[in-house]
Amino acid sequence: MILVVLENQRGIIHDFSLQAIVAGQQFANEYNCPLNILCLGENADNLKNQASKYECDSIIIAEHNLIKEYTSDGFSKALSDVIQDKKPQFTIMGHSYMARDFLPRVSVKQDIPFISDLTSVNFQNEKIVFSKQVFNAKFLTNIELDPNVKSAILSFQSSAFSKDKLIFGTPKNIEKFNLSLDKEDIRIVSQEPFKETSSDVDLSSSEFIVTVGRGIESEDNLPIMEKFVDAIGADLGSSRPVVDMGILPKSRLVGSSGHTVAPNLYLAVGLSGAIQHVVAMKGSEKIMAINTDRDAPIFEVADYAVIGDLFDIIPELTRKISED
Amino acid sequence: MKIAVLTKAIPKLKSLKIDSSKKWIDDSNIQYIMNEHDTYALEEAVLIKEKLKDNSEVFAITMGPMNRSKQIMQEALAKGADKGLIIKNDFKITDPLAFAKIFSEKIKDEKFDLILCGLASYDLGSGQTSVLIGELLGMTTATFAIETNVINKKIKIKKELESGFSQWIEMSLPASISIQSGLNNPRYVSIKNIVQAKDKEVIIKNVDKEIVTMQGFTKFYVPVNEKKTEFIEGELDAVTNKIIRILKEDLKLI
Repeated sequence: MILVVLENQRGIIHDFSLQAIVAGQQFANEYNCPLNILCLGENADNLKNQASKYECDSIIIAEHNLIKEYTSDGFSKALSDVIQDKKPQFTIMGHSYMARDFLPRVSVKQDIPFISDLTSVNFQNEKIVFSKQVFNAKFLTNIELDPNVKSAILSFQSSAFSKDKLIFGTPKNIEKFNLSLDKEDIRIVSQEPFKETSSDVDLSSSEFIVTVGRGIESEDNLPIMEKFVDAIGADLGSSRPVVDMGILPKSRLVGSSGHTVAPNLYLAVGLSGAIQHVVAMKGSEKIMAINTDRDAPIFEVADYAVIGDLFDIIPELTRKISED
Repeated sequence: MKIAVLTKAIPKLKSLKIDSSKKWIDDSNIQYIMNEHDTYALEEAVLIKEKLKDNSEVFAITMGPMNRSKQIMQEALAKGADKGLIIKNDFKITDPLAFAKIFSEKIKDEKFDLILCGLASYDLGSGQTSVLIGELLGMTTATFAIETNVINKKIKIKKELESGFSQWIEMSLPASISIQSGLNNPRYVSIKNIVQAKDKEVIIKNVDKEIVTMQGFTKFYVPVNEKKTEFIEGELDAVTNKIIRILKEDLKLI
């Protein structure tokens, strides 16, 4: 049996979970076995309604007063109990912040492997070969399970499976799973999530983004970029180090915890391309990068690789475009 | 309070090559540095200790081959750790749970109140170690911490969530927490710090037998660049004209 665990994202199924359902459907087809979709804790009933239009054998609802809100204590215990009872061959989630927060604990509780952040899977007769990026995506590695492993947890990186391939249908069965949780199991109290700053721009719907990386060096140089984006009519984005250095606000961040973007053109300036950044922008229609380092990882995903210094190129571009 | 910081020596990412076994990188002649995420975890541990103003101690812990472990241990001690523990290990373990089991076994007697580590390592990047060790040692766990505050046997943590959201959680100690980079400014080391670090105690333990693994790396390869990348370089005037032509004519953006 294949088990896909859904994640609630402010009332709707997390996008990564939809991709996980696609993965689950393909695994179930490959192994010719049932696919179960698990709606866990917070908002489970609502998730069940949304998931009912996808082809699967069973939707399992596991609710309990103690997991109304997510805690890693509650969710890891609950999922571990479901795995104990249902014995899935594979338990699948998207590689979200939540998955990273509690799945390793399930791996310990069940003493089963958790293979995280996978980019693809290859079914080869009796064998299954996974692949994952290592050394900041410089290399890929194949990962295999020991043949004695009967159950494993998998998390897939965003876009490993496309939600365009979702197969629609109706679940044959809807099942309630009885969880037994004790108050003592939950040692974590969580407060309401909140947004740190009100955002002045919505990069996720932007058509043309110019993102600046560590190469900008200091806040004093920011006007060079601001004049440039004004001249060409783009939105200004930021890499993580630039936000960490306090040069641009978090609302401008592309990458981990920031925005996932897919503009017509993504122009990366003085930005090396850390893996968490590339994952969030590789879906852009066209990518241009300007960097002095010919080996910068950003060039791997670029359509246009401009080798040069941003402090030469950007002011010159601004001047020429403004004169036009 | 006893605070542990887990840190890892990782290769400098420039000019790495795959070795002849195709299961690892060629690690002859490469430079090792402290995993960048861990530098924030170390600084956070030292800040917590300084804020508590009691007799709290910060232990830096690393596992790996001796030379590189010693090198980053000196760095950790110079940056404020009080004591060090090197778990000498020459096995290449690519199963996160197997790795965490050895690690927890070697540190469990220390009874740490708090374990901090970086969000993930830049080499293998499973991002699981802190949570696995926490669970193995019966601790509470949290990931993506962007602010911490220890009060009376409890710790309050501001966690980073997706899409720009944050959340405060409060957990009982002992706890194992992974730290998001950028939450503090790791300090610079003075010559005096480096000299003083040489006198600090470093305990050495050994991993003498390989542990059973359930998953492992089987083959490294270089990703195929599916995109046809057009390189643009040369004289500034020609390069900028070319960019403008692409923006205008090919992409019709300006």
